[in-house]
Amino acid sequence: MKASAFDYARVESLEEVFALFAEYGDEARIIAGGQTLVPAMAMRVAAPALLIDISRLEALQGIARNGDRLRIGAFTRYVELQHSPLVAEAAPLLHRAIPLIAHEAIRSRGTFGGSLANADPASEMPACALALEAVMVIANAEGERRVAAADFFQGLYQTALEPGDVLVAVEIPVAQDGMQGVIEELVRRQGDYAMVGLAATGKAANGMLSGPRFVFFGVGDRPVLATKAAEALADGPISPEHIAEAQAALAQDFTPLGDIHCSPATKAHLARVLLGRVVSRLLEHR
Amino acid sequence: MSAEGKAIRPAATGYIGQPVPRPNARRLLEGRGRYTDDMVLNRMLHVAFVRSPYAHARILAIDTEAARAVPGVAAVVTGRDIAEICQPWVGVLGHFPGLKSAPQYPLAVERSCWQGEPVVAIAAETRAIAEDACEKVLVEWEELPAVVDMQTALAPETPVIHEELGDNLAFGLELKAGSPEDAFAKTAVVVEETFSFGRHTGVTLEPRSLIADFEPGERRLTVHHATQTPYQMQDVYARHFGLDEEKVRVVAPDVGGSFGLKLHVYGEEMATCALSILLGRPVKFVADRLESFLTDIHARDHQVRARMAVSAEGEILAMDVEDVTGIGPYSVYPRTSAVEGNQAIRLMGGPYRMPNYHGVLKVVFQNKTPTCQYRAVGHPIACGVTEGLVDMAARRLNLDPLEIRRRNVVTAEMYPHTSPTGYFFERLSHEECIAKIEAMMNYSSLREEQARLREQGIYRGIGFATFIEITNPGPAFYGVGGARVSSQDGCVMKLEPSGRVRCSVSVTEQGQGTETVMAQIAATHLGVKLDSVTVLTGDTQATPYGGATWASRGAGIGGMTVLRAAQALRGKLLELAGIILQRGPETLDLREGVIVEADTGMARMDLAELGRIAYFRPDTLPPDFHPDLTVARHYVPQGLPFAFTNGIQASHLELDPETGLVRLLDHWVVEDCGTILNPLLVDEQVRGGVVQGLGAALFEECLYNEAGQMINGSLADYLLPMASEMPDIHVDHVSTPTQFTPLGAKGVGEAGTAGAAAAVMNAVNDALAPFQVSLAQMPFTPERILRALGKIPSS
Ligand SMILES: Cc1cc2nc3c(=O)[nH]c(=O)nc-3n(C[C@H](O)[C@H](O)[C@H](O)COP(=O)(O)OP(=O)(O)OC[C@H]3O[C@@H](n4cnc5c(N)ncnc54)[C@H](O)[C@@H]3O)c2cc1C
Repeated sequence: MKASAFDYARVESLEEVFALFAEYGDEARIIAGGQTLVPAMAMRVAAPALLIDISRLEALQGIARNGDRLRIGAFTRYVELQHSPLVAEAAPLLHRAIPLIAHEAIRSRGTFGGSLANADPASEMPACALALEAVMVIANAEGERRVAAADFFQGLYQTALEPGDVLVAVEIPVAQDGMQGVIEELVRRQGDYAMVGLAATGKAANGMLSGPRFVFFGVGDRPVLATKAAEALADGPISPEHIAEAQAALAQDFTPLGDIHCSPATKAHLARVLLGRVVSRLLEHR
Repeated sequence: MSAEGKAIRPAATGYIGQPVPRPNARRLLEGRGRYTDDMVLNRMLHVAFVRSPYAHARILAIDTEAARAVPGVAAVVTGRDIAEICQPWVGVLGHFPGLKSAPQYPLAVERSCWQGEPVVAIAAETRAIAEDACEKVLVEWEELPAVVDMQTALAPETPVIHEELGDNLAFGLELKAGSPEDAFAKTAVVVEETFSFGRHTGVTLEPRSLIADFEPGERRLTVHHATQTPYQMQDVYARHFGLDEEKVRVVAPDVGGSFGLKLHVYGEEMATCALSILLGRPVKFVADRLESFLTDIHARDHQVRARMAVSAEGEILAMDVEDVTGIGPYSVYPRTSAVEGNQAIRLMGGPYRMPNYHGVLKVVFQNKTPTCQYRAVGHPIACGVTEGLVDMAARRLNLDPLEIRRRNVVTAEMYPHTSPTGYFFERLSHEECIAKIEAMMNYSSLREEQARLREQGIYRGIGFATFIEITNPGPAFYGVGGARVSSQDGCVMKLEPSGRVRCSVSVTEQGQGTETVMAQIAATHLGVKLDSVTVLTGDTQATPYGGATWASRGAGIGGMTVLRAAQALRGKLLELAGIILQRGPETLDLREGVIVEADTGMARMDLAELGRIAYFRPDTLPPDFHPDLTVARHYVPQGLPFAFTNGIQASHLELDPETGLVRLLDHWVVEDCGTILNPLLVDEQVRGGVVQGLGAALFEECLYNEAGQMINGSLADYLLPMASEMPDIHVDHVSTPTQFTPLGAKGVGEAGTAGAAAAVMNAVNDALAPFQVSLAQMPFTPERILRALGKIPSS
């Protein structure tokens, strides 16, 4: 299939973006890496009248550390995230997650911000953002605002982004001493969207986990923070019984939605298996 | 019958058996391929289709007004418009008695019978404009009940798709040999299972494409077409559009894979030609991936209830199978959709001595994409059922799976041998193949390792599949049934003035290396260097008439045309050299492109000199001597309806009982295609075929919902096997040349696909054995495995 005709503007400043949004309204669409948008246009699922290319926007580039915050520009490509020593040190979870996304060709074009703005519930980046308690920096003609990941993801491809908004950057608390980040997913083929995935953070010491956050993806309409499961692991050294309790508690955290390859029951089972594996990995400091 | 006396083997093997790389591989890798879509003709239009959104629906009205008004649109045509210039077709053949189907039109006329069936065709300046216009066509539909489940397709309450046919049974067949009832009544062990083979499709890298270019002045139609079978398509276009056959030219440029799916007649192709005829302009159609999933033929989709009677010693006594297969709403033209089922029930038990057999086949209509021949037609079904049952019997009798096969295969002294379903085997090599694979995979230590790992909670499985493959089919395949599908082929070979050799052959190339193999045979039997031979394929205006490439016949049959032509041309060249050198031609020889004295090997003249004299100074030759430096030879497959090949495959895998995921560790194949013309290409045929079989075993399945909508028709959702999931595929050979041709080569194109899925199935079940569960539904998805293990409730 071929996309229907559209206009294209490569902008140099945020003001230009806002002006174009003012002119075109919701007929305009930002294009970042194009790895989701372009196939959607080719299949005519999306038919924007105007594409706003943000690849030259200074404000959306770069990875920097400001004190206890890591700031990642929305237009940072996966490949840059993966090779950044800063990210590896300050957000090991992200560093480990990138190779799980698609394939090299897609990772060299797709962007961090594009994935977050797209909010595919099976994607790795939104789950990591939630696990890492990231804060989205959003700008529009009126000014800038910050939205926590927990409030940002609102449903299937739904975010707190309003028409005219640009996701500018993401701020992530720098990993404190001993803070682990682990991500695992179950895929039938390397690079596929996960049947079920789990991004987790937590500190392990003496067989105990403190402050773990378990975020599942591929199970619902958005990344899901499993708080009940985390509570089941809260007190004392973690035993196989604790893990079993946490696995059982997942039923209270979410009821998975099925997809064409996996029924809800399969996903629920796989989520329990993943939780067990990820807790073990966290405890092993891997 | 003794075939011994017929052996005519050249003493020197020349290039035969050498791992000659494909010269076109580098060109294609460098992006210099010239595929149909790379071609741009003057005034060319592009076509896009409005398709049925329903599995079954009546067309009440079509409003094309707004679409016609889109700037850049040249024509908007409906099924009725095209029916005026194109005869409909019916996919039946005389040698399948009772096979029925309904007339099929390029575009649906009154009803659409599957989701994706083309309904309106729009030709425009660009494909994007044609698609814009498609969005403006309004079709008023009345949705009709769809026949989705093949198991209930024949039930009285199920609506009949084509009322005039009476029911949804396209074809039925019952085969019986020996006395299976007695065998089942008396035997010690009966194993029984219902096997399901998911519906899947071919997924060629290059999608279906063509440019139809009709020239109204002389009523000439040239079709640049990504096809396997240029002459078959020439015949179809000429007959269905009422054109003179010699004025229809079909040219296949580079073709990016075919696997059987590029030899069927599709509505889109016919509609594209119709538009070119109506408009007098070239029209291009290139299927996009979404269209490919809905309209390329699908394959498999079989459910087989099967049982096997086995003696206490593990001797296979009988099989009894009932195969139900759903083929979509039409039998595909011109080869029909009865072939896969027919082959499936005839190949059952093929490798074994089994004396008794009962097989029932029901080929039913349903409202899904039509199915037809795809690589290894019927073989994976027969192999899966047979090999699955053999493993069940082995488990029941506590026999090693290799041992039970060894006890049952047709043995060396039994050839020639006829199977209970009437297949004739000249000579197969099951015992040698089994011995070879056992050594190759280090079987006993693999079993030891498996036992050791099981104690650590690691579940590995080893599975085997013995197989036979039908290759080199003769006229019995289609011709006798009335199909204008040629089973003979031809080669024209000529000496160029430069001393080089050009040969044009009717067999075709889609990436498998046909041209390379033809050049090897030509160079060998002519006595010239390989790089002085150029091979041309795929043009009805430039090559002799022939059946082309399908059913693993290119090398075995096409190769014989080249061998015969090379021998004939060699005779002519030596005759000419003899006249020039004033010696008897029998005292001369042609070696590496040089005329030499046969006894001493002394060089006398090269072919360039011969060419110079023959073409530019024939005045120096004796009066009335006319050098014939172009020869044509054809070849008709001799002796047997098919040349059977055989082999065995083994799969080694690890199954995670918590997640149901399967990791393929290794795959081994030992196969016997007779003379190995080119080991590189043979091994790649086997590997590529295995990968498609592994796809069927673990990944590929066209999923449909209850309304008959395909729900995974994209490369994101239809899982193809990818490199990272593929194991190392180790290939070895036994070589039992056929005595019916001096070449000795049989086919190899489908061997890998024939047995790979069955080997994986048996390996999966071997890994699951400690849990006392097994699976017989392909593909073996994590969900199906978890369900079998009781980790999730069965649906
Ligand atoms: C074959 C294939 C496999 C894939 N597999 C995976 C996978 O396994 N896991 C995974 O997570 N993803 C996968 N993807 C998707 C990939 O990660 C995309 O890159 C990502 O989802 C979108 O990023 P992008 O930069 O390409 O965004 P685009 O496609 O350019 O845009 C996506 C959407 O976000 C909006 N947008 C982009 N940037 C901004 C911004 N700064 N502010 C506001 N809106 C914005 C766009 O308007 C658009 O609606 C796959 C893609 C392909 C083609």
